[in-house]
Amino acid sequence: MATAPERTRAPVYEGTRIPQPIPTVLRVPQELRDTGDVMTVNFGPNHPSTHGVLRLIVDLFGEDVVGLEAVIGYLHTGFEKNMEQKTWWKAITYAPRIDYLSFQNNELVFVLAAEKLLAMEVPEKASWMRTCLCELNRIHSHLVWLGTSALELGAISMFWYCFREREQILDLFELVAGYRMHTRYFQVGGLAEDIPSGFYPEARKFVDWMPHAIDDYEAMLTRNRIWLERTEGLGLLSTADAIALGQSGPVLRASGVDWDLRKIEPYLAYASVDFAVPVFSEGDVYARYRVHMDEMRESTRIVAQCLDRLETMDGLPWTADDRKVVLPPREELHTSMESLIHHFKIVTEGYRVPEGEVYVAIESPRGELGCYVVSDGGPRPWRVKFRAPSFVALQATATCMSDALIADMIAIVGSLDTVMGEVDR
Amino acid sequence: MTYEGVPGLVETVEQHGETTLVVDPARVVEAGMHLRDVEGFNFLSDVAAADYRGWASHGVAGYIGTASGRDLNAPMTQGYQALPKAKPKRFSVSYHLLSVSERPRRVRMQVWVDDGEAVPTVVPVWPTADWHEREAFDMMGIEFSGHPNLKRILMDDDWEGHPLRKDYPIGGEPVRFSEAE
Repeated sequence: MATAPERTRAPVYEGTRIPQPIPTVLRVPQELRDTGDVMTVNFGPNHPSTHGVLRLIVDLFGEDVVGLEAVIGYLHTGFEKNMEQKTWWKAITYAPRIDYLSFQNNELVFVLAAEKLLAMEVPEKASWMRTCLCELNRIHSHLVWLGTSALELGAISMFWYCFREREQILDLFELVAGYRMHTRYFQVGGLAEDIPSGFYPEARKFVDWMPHAIDDYEAMLTRNRIWLERTEGLGLLSTADAIALGQSGPVLRASGVDWDLRKIEPYLAYASVDFAVPVFSEGDVYARYRVHMDEMRESTRIVAQCLDRLETMDGLPWTADDRKVVLPPREELHTSMESLIHHFKIVTEGYRVPEGEVYVAIESPRGELGCYVVSDGGPRPWRVKFRAPSFVALQATATCMSDALIADMIAIVGSLDTVMGEVDR
Repeated sequence: MTYEGVPGLVETVEQHGETTLVVDPARVVEAGMHLRDVEGFNFLSDVAAADYRGWASHGVAGYIGTASGRDLNAPMTQGYQALPKAKPKRFSVSYHLLSVSERPRRVRMQVWVDDGEAVPTVVPVWPTADWHEREAFDMMGIEFSGHPNLKRILMDDDWEGHPLRKDYPIGGEPVRFSEAE
């Protein structure tokens, strides 16, 4: 599980390339600095290829990148501090905004953490729908990654193709939750609303179409000479270095580790669906591209299986019947005094969550997304901390940048699939 | 699964299906080396610091939502009766460890420190701790002694205060280029 499938293959590189003594800063060797030809360039934070507001301080020797330091924090908005001030019920709204490309997954990890503290059972239908939406969200996130990363390397048409399918996914989210992004559709206990019946045929159309769309993308890139030359053998990261640097998700799987939390620690309905985990051992930008492409195919398969299952669940409960935590059905508010009281108490005061601390991790499109929450037994979380996979991925930039040219830097940073909202929180 | 061989182990807490190993802050590097090399926790997921200032100084209120607390007539289900269990010191630093191997498992290594006390850095054990520790320093003001590059990461270099501390006010940050400056 932890090692590459083919042990005989030569390692990506010998030894370690993690810079010393600071693992995240590539230092210019003194003898090179003494030549007087090293130029320090400030790259970002406002640059179209930095996926947001990443600043890189780059030392150049000709076109070679010989020194690099990443500076982050330009998008710090204090989500974690804000969530401490809100009741558990209201704090869910913050989670999706942390990573604006994989909002459903961020929402899910916070809701799962609260449910773990509450020891709450979630109805099967809600689990399947969560799985379905999280996989659609994974495709959405990968599409934005593919479109923008290819755009940065000059493949402008990819951007239009990817955003065409992205639009379809956002339409599906709008159909379900009323919002295109940051749906806040997951609640502690289940879903916020029942699944609209029109969702299934529309989602089917998408699932039937998506494999053809991926064929289109692959036809344009996978064997494209320019694409191969810009991505193969670049941004190398060995298995040992990837683990030491805490890399997860597609970056780890492109470095030859068969590791996917959906398989390792199955949550939601992942234990009951059939899917493969794509693993490539080359550890370069191209391998990361291949992982993303194959994952989109697998996610499409998972969505199809979820739809099969959900269609048999009409009329089943979509949220837990727990009046101390879950809002009562709307229509009961007109007829039941008790329901009105529950509604009022949950909305104004919030529900209490038992004292304790938990760490819940899920496989987000970018890797291990963790949520550490502490509760003092009151209606507000005492501490919320997100383990953002992008934050960790950026730590690998200095290691990946060995022997890179300035133009390759764009491809390498892009391949790590970072979302600055999540990095800076 | 027992972790009795971990150097500096103070106590083992089992809660919500998770194992927490509370260790002596002075021996955190030793404990980390042991957990990495002997127990196989080669992957550091996260370093999460928490500020417990004001914890247990007042009871917590709210509408109970636990499986065990459904009876409204039972004590502690309503009002201000519940008081959380006191914590040993002001700050906790939790290292969430994961074993990326044939036998995947998680454990939380935790140290407790007061304001001004330093924790030895674990960057030599897990290089990924670099930014995590910088974040804990920036947000909570916890020093990590021996860290190769301990400076602010999310806030400005000249920022005053540590925003995630409980005594840091919300809305209290200075507004740049405003009349009031």
